Amino acid sequence: MTLTGTATGRTVRGAIGQSPTRPDGVAKVQGTFAFSSDVPIDGARWGMTLRSPHPYARILALDVSGAWSIDGVAAVITGDDVPGKTTYGLITADQPVFASDVVRYVGEPVAAVAADHPETCRRALDAIVVTYEVLEPLLDADAALDPATPPIHPDGNVLRSQAVRRGDLSVTGAVVVEGTYEIGMQDQAFLGLEAAVAVPDPGGRSIELYVATQWLHEDRKQIAACLDLPEESVRLVLGGVGGAFGAREDISLQVHTCLLALRIGAPVRMAYSRAESFLGHVHRHPARIWMRHHATAGGELVKVEARFVLDGGAYASTSSAVLLNAITHTQGPYRCPNAAVEGFAVRSNHLPCGAMRGFGVVQACFAHEGQMDKLAAACGLDPIEMRLRNALVTGDTLITGQVMESVAPVARCITETAALPMPLAAAATDAVMGRPGGAGLTADATHVRRGVGYGVAMKNLMYSEGFDDYSTARCVLADGVVTLKFATSEVGQGFVTIAQQIARTVLGVETVVLEPIDTQIGSSGSTSASRQTWMSGGAVDAACRAVRERLFEHVGETAGLDPLRLVVDGDEVADSMGEFRIAVADASSGRRFDETVEYHHRPTEELDEDGQGNCHTAFAFVAHRAVVDVDAELGLVKVVQVATAQDVGRALNPLAVLGQIEGGISQGVGLAVMEEIVQVDGVIRNANFTDYLLPTFLDMPTVVATLIEEPDPQAPLGAKGVGEPPCISVTPAVVAAIRDALAQFDGPDARPRAIDRIPVRPADIALA
Amino acid sequence: MEQYRLHVNGAEHDVVDAWLGESLLYVLRERLGLVAAKGACEEGECGSCSVLVDGHLVCSCLVLAASALDQPITTVEGLAERGAPTDVQQAFVDAGAVQCGFCTPGLVMAAHTLLDHNAEPSETEIREQLSGNICRCTGYGRIIEAVQRVSVARREATP
Repeated sequence: MTLTGTATGRTVRGAIGQSPTRPDGVAKVQGTFAFSSDVPIDGARWGMTLRSPHPYARILALDVSGAWSIDGVAAVITGDDVPGKTTYGLITADQPVFASDVVRYVGEPVAAVAADHPETCRRALDAIVVTYEVLEPLLDADAALDPATPPIHPDGNVLRSQAVRRGDLSVTGAVVVEGTYEIGMQDQAFLGLEAAVAVPDPGGRSIELYVATQWLHEDRKQIAACLDLPEESVRLVLGGVGGAFGAREDISLQVHTCLLALRIGAPVRMAYSRAESFLGHVHRHPARIWMRHHATAGGELVKVEARFVLDGGAYASTSSAVLLNAITHTQGPYRCPNAAVEGFAVRSNHLPCGAMRGFGVVQACFAHEGQMDKLAAACGLDPIEMRLRNALVTGDTLITGQVMESVAPVARCITETAALPMPLAAAATDAVMGRPGGAGLTADATHVRRGVGYGVAMKNLMYSEGFDDYSTARCVLADGVVTLKFATSEVGQGFVTIAQQIARTVLGVETVVLEPIDTQIGSSGSTSASRQTWMSGGAVDAACRAVRERLFEHVGETAGLDPLRLVVDGDEVADSMGEFRIAVADASSGRRFDETVEYHHRPTEELDEDGQGNCHTAFAFVAHRAVVDVDAELGLVKVVQVATAQDVGRALNPLAVLGQIEGGISQGVGLAVMEEIVQVDGVIRNANFTDYLLPTFLDMPTVVATLIEEPDPQAPLGAKGVGEPPCISVTPAVVAAIRDALAQFDGPDARPRAIDRIPVRPADIALA
Repeated sequence: MEQYRLHVNGAEHDVVDAWLGESLLYVLRERLGLVAAKGACEEGECGSCSVLVDGHLVCSCLVLAASALDQPITTVEGLAERGAPTDVQQAFVDAGAVQCGFCTPGLVMAAHTLLDHNAEPSETEIREQLSGNICRCTGYGRIIEAVQRVSVARREATP
């Protein structure tokens, strides 16, 4: 809007585009912020879960009498004690609350107890006798696809199969490269372990649950069905969330905690140990991906062929949606007219898999970026040039037939990443701590080479395939103070900060109070799919704008002005065509403007059998460059620096965006060189932080980042989701850099260059 | 069941009817109501439960409470009055070093200890000294920035 009156275009402190601090920041640094493990409920009993030791077994007998005989035990429950629906699940309710006939993975819940002390719970669990008939587990994803393999679940072994076919499938290119890529199972490894407190109401016909979750209303729906209570009798309150990354999308301890509390008519607290957490939530899908790319001699993509097999583990969770994301991102951020892709998500007796940051696109990107480097080599092109020649632009048609309507600054992401400063040369970083192996002082500098690699990613934002996704927000303006209410899970990403910034910007009020996050308002949808800034930000923005309209009507009426002439300017309402001004605080004095709004994104479609359809809502893009030092003799890798340019649309809070970028990169680096859940014969072998390696301060590279701000007209605030892109293409960039380093060893020191499995383990480098 | 007394944050706390196998972390959180120290790995790998026992930075999950008698114990609750954060705490907030915040109390303890022993740490020293604390959200960059800000501010404040 052009301002012709006295309006200045000023904003209040802490508005959009600034980086105000988090409203919960001081409480978090002082330790007074209550995580779901900290919610103070006096006299709560402890709950604990008995889990299967076998990947696949029939339960022949279950004797809980031993647990009852232990002093301090208040409740022992099994599958027989589930009053309502006996299964749950985000998309398909195929997972039992407690296994009663068959267990399908190591860690599947069989029974639960409540007692006065965690040690009493442990003793009670030990006293439960389960007689199993051990069955031959299904542990191979390809075998799961074989129709001759007996089904391990009544719903069958194939969770979803879906093809994407477009264009001329007979066409070939002058240059053809292919490869098979493997991705290991990654854990979200949030620090705040699963914890909840359930407080039943007197009479036991309703209950309140304090829980760390990504989606309160979806949890409530599933919990209420299992408890056989109406949804309105199950109230959920967000306990402080210690990170999520996808692992809190599914039900873990919610139903068990409520069942125990209702059984004894008193509050029950459940809190997983780290070992139990590895068993209790879903993980990133391990995948095997074959891809064959055809290109012209000049490096222009002609066709992509691919086959995806994702191991979904024992239960469905979100496997079908993860598969959709994977196969529809086969092309990556590149134009490709012809495609023949088939994808399968299968069931096995491994740990169940579902959402993790990047959600299927991480797997696809590792494969397509490996292919882009192979194509570059085959065409004699620089990896950057290869990518630039194929970079998507707005208006291009994807392999699903969907037209790219999002702003698509792919080429800018690539060139601006490449232009970022490189780290100091290896010789200049003389500190041995900086070498591969770090404080172990293992690296002999003569065996270390430095490599550089690139990765570029496209990521869909929000939910797909016809899901009517929405978020709800309420805004109240009274006496110069804004109060916001929403059910958006704050998991650490900082939506609470963004919400305040939006309200300040729209209403010109500095003081923005946030109501508790609970189910006492409509759903906000899930904190996942990089969707909350867009969806809940859109809802807060719309609710604040609705309040502003009421405010303008009121001011217009009192001042005798057409409300359409009014604007918020700084902390005042101003006449855009005249001299009139009044402070928002004065204009709202003694008044109360109260509006609740639902924000929906545009509709999407399901794919047809050829994988054609407008299935996605919007897209974001990112490029990464990794610089690594590799000690080929010991197989050790030190990631020195990661550079990135990310398409963010508009940075509502630049500091928070940087936090997402750096945090996402650490998880992508972890997947590249450290993190994998190891299962042997269906048994997890590293369910702890000693053996499941997370990047520490010393593993984390320096990050240099630049934000590409081209506001997206589709986005309510011009801002794209920024959570997932950072962790996607950094992984292939690191692996490309490792390949580049290994290519520098020759003669007797020569190393294989086909590093196509992540995480890259020392043996993959040193012993291959 | 046993009875003993702990000195925490300058106050005496009686621990009654306790099982001697309880960790200091469990007793702080569940018996004394001091929940700032967090349990995230239970084996000394992540540092979320860091507290000071007799001036030494320890993982309270690895210390038996009953072995910490007669020694001053400091938790994050004992660093500053509520609403009046220390310079390190405020720098964490200002620098964007806090996301989910679960690792934060432990990191605040570790950062204070680092700066008490080394007023001008290099970036490598910061990384080395804090490497016993895992953060899954931030990628550590803003935490390093926060520590560096405190180091500079303290130096500038010293005449």
